[in-house]
Amino acid sequence: MLEVKNLHSGVEGVEILKGVDLTVKPGEVHAIMGPNGSGKSTFAQVLAGHPAYEVTGGSVTFEGKDLVEMDADERARAGIFLAFQYPVAIRGITNAYFLQSALNAVRKDQGLEELDTLDFAELLEKKLEMIGWDDSLIHRAVNDGFSGGEKKRNEILQLAVLEPKLAILDETDSGLDIDAVKEVAAAVNRFRSEDRAFIVVTHYERILNYFTPDHVHVLAGGKVVMSGDMKLALELEAKGYDWIAGEAAAVAG
Amino acid sequence: MSQSQSAIDQQVSQPYKYGWSTDIESELAPVGLNEDIIRLISEKKKEPEWMLEWRLKAYRHWLEMREPNWANITYPPIDYQAIHYYAAPKQTKALESLDEVDPKLLETFEKLGIPLQEQKRLTGVAVDAVFDSVSVATTFKEELKKYGVIFLPISEAIQEHPDLVKRYLGAVVPPTDNFFAALNSAVFTDGSFVYVPKGVKCPLELSTYFRINALATGQFERTLIIADDDSYVSYMEGCSAPMRDENQLHAAVVELVAHDNAQIKYSTIQNWYPGDEDGRGGIYNFVTKRGRCMGASSKISWTQVETGSAITWKYPSCILEGDNSIGEFYSVAVTNNHQQADTGTKMIHIGKNTRSTIVSKGISAGRSQNTYRGQVKIMKAAENARNYSQCDSMLIGDQCGAHTFPYIDVRNSSAIMEHEATTSKVGEDQIFYCKQRGLSEEDAVSLVVNGFCKEVFRELPMEFAVEATRLLSVSLEGSVG
Ligand SMILES: Nc1ncnc2c1ncn2[C@@H]1O[C@H](COP(=O)(O)OP(=O)(O)OP(=O)(O)O)[C@@H](O)[C@H]1O
Ligand SMILES: [Mg+2]
Repeated sequence: MLEVKNLHSGVEGVEILKGVDLTVKPGEVHAIMGPNGSGKSTFAQVLAGHPAYEVTGGSVTFEGKDLVEMDADERARAGIFLAFQYPVAIRGITNAYFLQSALNAVRKDQGLEELDTLDFAELLEKKLEMIGWDDSLIHRAVNDGFSGGEKKRNEILQLAVLEPKLAILDETDSGLDIDAVKEVAAAVNRFRSEDRAFIVVTHYERILNYFTPDHVHVLAGGKVVMSGDMKLALELEAKGYDWIAGEAAAVAG
Repeated sequence: MSQSQSAIDQQVSQPYKYGWSTDIESELAPVGLNEDIIRLISEKKKEPEWMLEWRLKAYRHWLEMREPNWANITYPPIDYQAIHYYAAPKQTKALESLDEVDPKLLETFEKLGIPLQEQKRLTGVAVDAVFDSVSVATTFKEELKKYGVIFLPISEAIQEHPDLVKRYLGAVVPPTDNFFAALNSAVFTDGSFVYVPKGVKCPLELSTYFRINALATGQFERTLIIADDDSYVSYMEGCSAPMRDENQLHAAVVELVAHDNAQIKYSTIQNWYPGDEDGRGGIYNFVTKRGRCMGASSKISWTQVETGSAITWKYPSCILEGDNSIGEFYSVAVTNNHQQADTGTKMIHIGKNTRSTIVSKGISAGRSQNTYRGQVKIMKAAENARNYSQCDSMLIGDQCGAHTFPYIDVRNSSAIMEHEATTSKVGEDQIFYCKQRGLSEEDAVSLVVNGFCKEVFRELPMEFAVEATRLLSVSLEGSVG
């Protein structure tokens, strides 16, 4: 589904990603861990097509298409979704209206009929029921004045509505209390399916306990320095990243 | 910002939709201004002697006045002797009914989305259509009469209701008020007159559409709205002009009077030709709008969406004389390319427990300059006055400017004043966030801008809200939805 090969990318001439490789198949969940500033968010943003990051080398293909050539909105409509580490507020536009516009943009692109306000309200209600949340955020302006936790939930609600093929969650668990992590993980779990893949960026194994990854990767210094399964996440939790630095150096010889 | 910018630039270069002109023979006053021209206008309008005197007095005063220069706008000197002060589509005889109106004029308004013919009229809205210096048609006149509501071109009101006009004309904006108001008082040609009698809630939205057509003419309209005790009226004003390379002057005066418990809601969509990308042409819009809340518990509410004109100089204001009276000002001013807007409001609190609300949204793009200028004055007698002001500016790109000048003058210590101001940039991150959800760049920009204006748009009458959203998208980008 997603094929990242030797990806180099940076901002204004400063290289942040220094040769990332990653292959994601439909149905898989990949966790990406790594120290602060190692390039995790950058990787997520590059996949989503943030214009600030220039791709200077390597390739990214999604379902056979060259992602690098696609604009951010085209990627979104092709089924790539990013739950932001820092979601952005849009004053004066309700969540409901925003989501309806977004969904209709995607539907239009797929040749489907656009949903009117009533149909959309119905769909939204179903989604909320499915993840067991109330509609308290729906009629508020997008992320405007939301608490940190509300913002993160809102990202997941958008995921639920847009039903992407590849969802990238950038630290969706950060800033959530213990119960909320469980709740959000459970909500995301509902959308796990054979043809949907997830990339979960996190610092904590807690979320992974509820949302078990097939693969765990460690990103350090702009590269994937180690890959494994859930055991790797537990090991990192116990030993921290210094240990990895040593291991990676040993591997590199 | 580069990507967002290019999309915006692209949208910006969308042509002005109302830039065509109507090829119609007009009757023009000789160019220039002197007492004879004023006599000619007065004669054309078949005015009584007192009206002519009133005009001449204003003119003589104007001659002594200087053009104001305190606003944050620059423009080459206006040659007041190079303007035609009267232009009217030629017609051979007095019109008995709409059937006799030149079809070209009807077509013109239909093309502007204001059909005047009986069977096509907008429902729920009575329209006075003004073309250059004359009113072409006023719809629903008879229907309104049944309620005692007078809705007439001001030139007809001067003849038919001289007592009302005499009593109120200049009662809010005296002819000596300022340079442009004095000029208007001397040469005003048409505009609307509204009187809503005691206890009547006007059953229709009233609306005037102003169209400048003739070359090298100025438009000087005069609007006077009186709401008697316990009455209500909602009035909407729209306007447009052809694209021309030279600047044209528009200097209007609008006066509102609200008596006890009366309410006037005045909404404007100002879409005069803004000039081209290089700042050539466009309307100079110098307007004096003021309302007097004379009666206790009266309310005047101004809502404006300003997207047009090369220069806008306009401060719709409220004088809150009656105890418990309320003044409101909701404004969206959009400037693009080389447009300059210096706009805002004045709230003068005189009565006890008077309240005012100011919500101003300035959006600047291109190389434009957008200034909010507002004054809140609490007079000595105004016990327990309250004001809430909110001035938000949004910048698109980095070559434009936003400026805020709030003046506050409080002479009674019981006043409660609240002021909030923000400046934001349409950020790359906001646009990216929207695009990441699948919205196109244009939709993203319009969503952000539209959300920014929400508090003002929701004050507009339904008929106007849709138009405002659409206009915003034309003047800024493609698709405010
Ligand atoms: N737009 C940008 N402009 C300048 N520097 C940037 C930009 N984006 C990322 N960087 C830099 O690149 C490095 C990687 O940042 P990134 O946000 O990807 O790290 P991260 O792994 O997500 O960290 P964290 O765990 O703290 O979220 C940091 O040094 C950061 O300062
Ligand atoms: Mg990060």
